[in-house]
Amino acid sequence: MQNESLALQYLLSGITKGSIYAVVAIGFNLIYSATGIINFAQGEFLMLGGMVAVTLAAYVPLPVAVTGAVALVALVGGLLELAFFRRLRRHSILHLVIITMGLSIVIQETALHIWDEKVRSLPYFTGNEVSSVRFLGAAISPQVLWVLGTVALAVLGLHFFLRYTLTGRAMRACSSNPEAAMLAGINIPNMRTLAFGLSAALGALAGCVVSPMTMTHYEMGAPLAIKGFAAAILGGLGNPMAAVAGGLLVGLLEAASVSCLPAVYNDVSAFVILLLVIFVRPQGLWGALAPDRVREH
Amino acid sequence: MALLEVTDVRRAFGGLAAVDGVSFTVKPGQIKGIIGPNGAGKTTLFNLISGLLKPDAGRITFRGRSITGLKPYEIAGAGLSRTFQNPSLFLQMNVLENVMVGRHCRTRWGFLGCGLRWPGQAREERAIREAARAQLDVVGLAHLAGWSAGALPFGQRRMVELARALATEPAMLLLDEPASGLNTREKEDLGRLIRQIRDRGITVLLVEHDMSVVMGLSDDLLVLYNGRPIAEGAPAAVQNDPRVIRVYLGEDLQNDESGGDAPPRAPATPPATCCSR
Amino acid sequence: MPRLRLLFLLALFPVMVAGAQLGLRAAGMEYCLTQLTMSVYYALVVMGLCLLMGYAGQVSLGHGAFFALGGYTTAVLTTHDFSGIRACAGVGVLERAGLLVAQQDLYGQAGLSVAPWAAFAAAMLLTFVVALLIGYPALRLRGHYLAMATLGFTLIVSKLLLGSALTGSADGIHGVPEWKLLPGLTVSGRSALRVQNYYLACGLALLLLLGLRNLLRSRVGRALLAIHDRETAANAMGINTAAYKLKVFVLSALLAALAGVFFTHYTGGIAPSEAGALKSVRYVALAAAGGMANLWGVTVMSIALNYCSLRGWFGSYDNAVFGALLILIISLAPEGPLKPLGLWLRRLAGRPDPERRTPHGAP
Repeated sequence: MQNESLALQYLLSGITKGSIYAVVAIGFNLIYSATGIINFAQGEFLMLGGMVAVTLAAYVPLPVAVTGAVALVALVGGLLELAFFRRLRRHSILHLVIITMGLSIVIQETALHIWDEKVRSLPYFTGNEVSSVRFLGAAISPQVLWVLGTVALAVLGLHFFLRYTLTGRAMRACSSNPEAAMLAGINIPNMRTLAFGLSAALGALAGCVVSPMTMTHYEMGAPLAIKGFAAAILGGLGNPMAAVAGGLLVGLLEAASVSCLPAVYNDVSAFVILLLVIFVRPQGLWGALAPDRVREH
Repeated sequence: MALLEVTDVRRAFGGLAAVDGVSFTVKPGQIKGIIGPNGAGKTTLFNLISGLLKPDAGRITFRGRSITGLKPYEIAGAGLSRTFQNPSLFLQMNVLENVMVGRHCRTRWGFLGCGLRWPGQAREERAIREAARAQLDVVGLAHLAGWSAGALPFGQRRMVELARALATEPAMLLLDEPASGLNTREKEDLGRLIRQIRDRGITVLLVEHDMSVVMGLSDDLLVLYNGRPIAEGAPAAVQNDPRVIRVYLGEDLQNDESGGDAPPRAPATPPATCCSR
Repeated sequence: MPRLRLLFLLALFPVMVAGAQLGLRAAGMEYCLTQLTMSVYYALVVMGLCLLMGYAGQVSLGHGAFFALGGYTTAVLTTHDFSGIRACAGVGVLERAGLLVAQQDLYGQAGLSVAPWAAFAAAMLLTFVVALLIGYPALRLRGHYLAMATLGFTLIVSKLLLGSALTGSADGIHGVPEWKLLPGLTVSGRSALRVQNYYLACGLALLLLLGLRNLLRSRVGRALLAIHDRETAANAMGINTAAYKLKVFVLSALLAALAGVFFTHYTGGIAPSEAGALKSVRYVALAAAGGMANLWGVTVMSIALNYCSLRGWFGSYDNAVFGALLILIISLAPEGPLKPLGLWLRRLAGRPDPERRTPHGAP
């Protein structure tokens, strides 16, 4: 009984972490599909979302603060596309990816100078640190339910957006066949801006819901970006829903390694398994063997 | 004895058979043409022979040795070189260097020797340069040796690619639609060049869409339709084969009507705009 | 013409190197040579990446890990006390052969460690094997997938280094002995040997630059460029693309490890941050900022930028300035800021730009 509830605890923590990685991986995928770029600044969107929400929460009610943070970070994402990637059409994908690395560093340092290096957090959305919900014998924080619920809603919403709305379909058209999409009158550059904005918004939302549990710190972005990148690759690039599975998988692997290995080797087993998987399946678990976009330029 | 022997080769893409039981032979010193309407499986067949694709079934023998399933570089080393439908030059190099790449499989110095510039390596490097220049001379582009490959118009790219293939010292040359995108004068030059290459003892197998080129040039023709061979023989005989007339020429007329805008192949682009970054 | 340029560069590089040293001495700032020497060692890693990324077109976020692999191997072997195995058969032979040497640790305790030369050989051998094992499966991957695989490798290595007591966990390893390379030539951070070590590092860099330049102007270099440009066509032209990619990966990993070994003996220690993902990203970024397929460009760029940040010129803004510079350089001059400069010099000398020549300008 004791063991079972402990296992369940690990399972839940894996799913919680995994759902955050899933959101980051979806963000990678949205931008990758629209532009071919891997946006290494993706993790910074989560950090920014958390930071802005914490700042706003001092003045306005929590829901308003979160909404405001999501909107503001979405704006930042869109502006980054307008300021850099729209102008640099002649650059190779690799150069653009390196620019996102630069952006990640600059955003991080800017955050350091705005918010200093203190760890901050939003208040728990319901209850507090010690309140817990019993679930099949395991104690879980209500915030976990918030995270899972928000992520599930966001993923479903995104799914419906991409599948059933005109704009969403236009975005998918851009990624599967840019030339045909252009001929069909779709404004591809705007779709790219939208992809950056959307992916930033998703990131900011995730950054807000995890803030009460994992805290928000100016350096939190890079590790999240790496895990999210791993999740996106594991699932297979270009497939946002595979990213969800990839994210959950990475989260569960991490929880499993926490439960049976010394803490310092936390991520080792997760990355070893990731490497083994992509060595066996070079296109990721659910990815299509597509021509390499990096070399297209 | 046949130089190249293709026996019952098959290859399907997702259930759709692109090449379905093709057998033929090429004799040394021949110019053999493979014709067929679009989608007949000509390029797939070429990719199978040159190792870019692996056949699902069947055997390919070259100079009496099986080359089925070998890697492309091994096949090139065995003396079977090819060109591509869209000239695929290395755009970061100049014209001469492109042709020098063709000498790769006939030269041997490795990382260490090249890094240390060992005396033998320097000699080999000079030999590579000379041989490449000679091949450029053959296609008549020696005066463009120093230019960036990306700056050349389409027709000249094709000639450089031909020189590059020749630089591998092939016993047999596979030409994938060498005349497409060329103007009438360039086509005539090409025909003359191909005959010249054959006269130097290099067997030529070419896939071609343009009937005028292939009829006048080939000693022997193979007609493909829907991935299957439907006729083989001398051009005159094939031309009068009722099946060929029905499926190929009938198709071809259709193609000609709709074909005007079908292949979005770049014509001789003005060099100023296609100059690479 | 290429010969002339080579002579020019051969003359220019030593003049720059000596000029920097004499200038710093005149300014009474010879202590800056330490950071300059370290930057030169870092530049060796970037030179290897230039070969791998710029020429062969294969991304690697794993070179920080190879640097650390070299550095840690030599650090562990030369500082770890092996006197426990003294009783074993054959140890005496190794000791007499000079492979094992008596050493004093920081606290004056006598011990038995591996001689630096032997440790160096072991480091290169280990890196060779690891690079083969990682490169063989990873190089079948393309683009972003290759980036992830090499990044995963870096993270695994850095976690293992952080977690293992043998490698000193979060503290890394200190007290690595100096390395008597040749009589009168010692890799050491002692201030008396500062000038000597500066010239040693620059000499090493020059030798490697020349070797790599030879390599790139040979059939190997053309094969690498061909793979970068069109892998299929390269293969069809007789280049064993898989083997070449693996070989250049291993070569660049060995360069990184070599830099790691020298760096560790020079600074007397190595910390786990050397293996961190950020370092690997930084090497890639430096290669990109130097123009990627431009050996001299990436070397100069990497020395300059690393020097600035090692000297702490940008203070607490170091990372921010680095990121901003990176964005600026890559947005404005994706071929590296030195390339336009080089073209401008050529034009000044009345030579046409090789890239601009078109058939229309034919004589």
